[in-house]
Amino acid sequence: MPRWFYQLASPRWCYQITGRLLPGFAIAALLLLMIGTVWGLAFAPPDYQQGNSFRIIYLHVPTAYMAQSIYLTMAIAGAIGLIWKMKVADMVAKSCAPIGAALAVLALATGAIWGKPTWGSWWVWDARLTSMLILLFLYLGVIALNSAIESESTAAQSTAVLALVGLVNIPIIKYSVDWWNTLHQPATFKVTEKPAMPPEMWIPLLIMVIGFYCFFAVVLMLRLRNEILHRERRTSWVRELLLQMRG
Amino acid sequence: MSAFQTKKLPEFKPDLESESFSPGKILLATLKRDVKLAFRRQSDWVNPLIFFLMVASLFPLGVSPEPKLLSTIAPGVVWVAALLSTLLSMDSLFRSDFEDGSLEQILVSPQPLYFVVLGKVISHWMMTGLPLTLMAPLLGVMLFLPFEGMGGLVLSLLIGTPTLSLVGGIGAALTVGLRKGGVLVSLLVIPLYIPVLIFGTAAIEASLTGLPVAGHLALLGAMLVMGLTLAPLAIAAALRISVSG
Repeated sequence: MPRWFYQLASPRWCYQITGRLLPGFAIAALLLLMIGTVWGLAFAPPDYQQGNSFRIIYLHVPTAYMAQSIYLTMAIAGAIGLIWKMKVADMVAKSCAPIGAALAVLALATGAIWGKPTWGSWWVWDARLTSMLILLFLYLGVIALNSAIESESTAAQSTAVLALVGLVNIPIIKYSVDWWNTLHQPATFKVTEKPAMPPEMWIPLLIMVIGFYCFFAVVLMLRLRNEILHRERRTSWVRELLLQMRG
Repeated sequence: MSAFQTKKLPEFKPDLESESFSPGKILLATLKRDVKLAFRRQSDWVNPLIFFLMVASLFPLGVSPEPKLLSTIAPGVVWVAALLSTLLSMDSLFRSDFEDGSLEQILVSPQPLYFVVLGKVISHWMMTGLPLTLMAPLLGVMLFLPFEGMGGLVLSLLIGTPTLSLVGGIGAALTVGLRKGGVLVSLLVIPLYIPVLIFGTAAIEASLTGLPVAGHLALLGAMLVMGLTLAPLAIAAALRISVSG
């Protein structure tokens, strides 16, 4: 194991390093999201079939990506916490759940808004939508379980087991559009192929996706730092830090 | 020498080769114990069955008593009712063992937990899933399900309900240490039940329309195999966490 992996286990070190990384990610997120939004909503060419209504893709695709990636992050952090009994990993997993749930709601909401003009209805019970809804339910289950258990370490371990069990759903969402014949269009980006859209349409989308990843990093770090301070509130370094802050 | 020095206990060496450690024996012993316990406390397995019957009879009263409509919604209604009554019975899987302390004894015993858990889940299925499956044709008749659909109904429930017990066991194990587990178990487990529900009802629909059923049943079977191999591991891990916390 490399040294930084062990250092991550120390809440204090983690608090310091996230404090240093935070401004960079915040600026990157702000810039990328601004550029992506303006480019996507104002300057990208309209779709030949869907006209301007397709522009919601610049919010829908990134939020849907994030909802899945955050679940994966949560499950991996939970597994690390279970295996190496790493407190910081437990805190990362706990901080991920509400962010992921919020972005899953956004993905479903933007999807519904997009579905109305293109499919003629807010909601269809097809594979992609249903599996995305299950993902939201899984997030809600994780949050409910975490808040029901009083002991922090037991809560972290139990939710990690639940998150790992729920991991079964991620490949189902990912490949639902390939496995089943559904109304939902296939994936926008694939690693092996060129996107079906012209570059002036997919470049802003890519910028939005990267921007959302940075945004997630920022929110995660903020929540994580809060969680560290809360759990370590009895240690001397947190007390000193709070005294310094008060001046 | 101090007066408090205790006699040294003989070292405990489990004879792992002995008969009592063979997986089959452990599984069978757990199964026998749990089935016997269930028969002594009949409300545990009779109540979910009555619930199953009651939920299904709500639909003709609540939606419409018209046979044509009922026969179209019958597969889904029977499956949802089966799923809910399995959920209802899930809490009893580990609860009484946890309360009287025998769960802790199981956890500290040298026998592999995997087979004990598997035995408990199989006995749970024998007391809930199996009776539900056997009673399902009656509900099918009540809801005007055509005769062609009966085979699909029974087969899909027969393959699907063990998966429900296995997956529900994970939820029950995660919440066994909590005083109020009831609603929480449902929140944790229902999302994981959805795939079973989809393929279960799809199998009945297929048999109604004369399409091949084997594909849906094979997928249900695949889920069952995956549940049988992986769910006991998750249940065992969850039990250790819940009981130690």
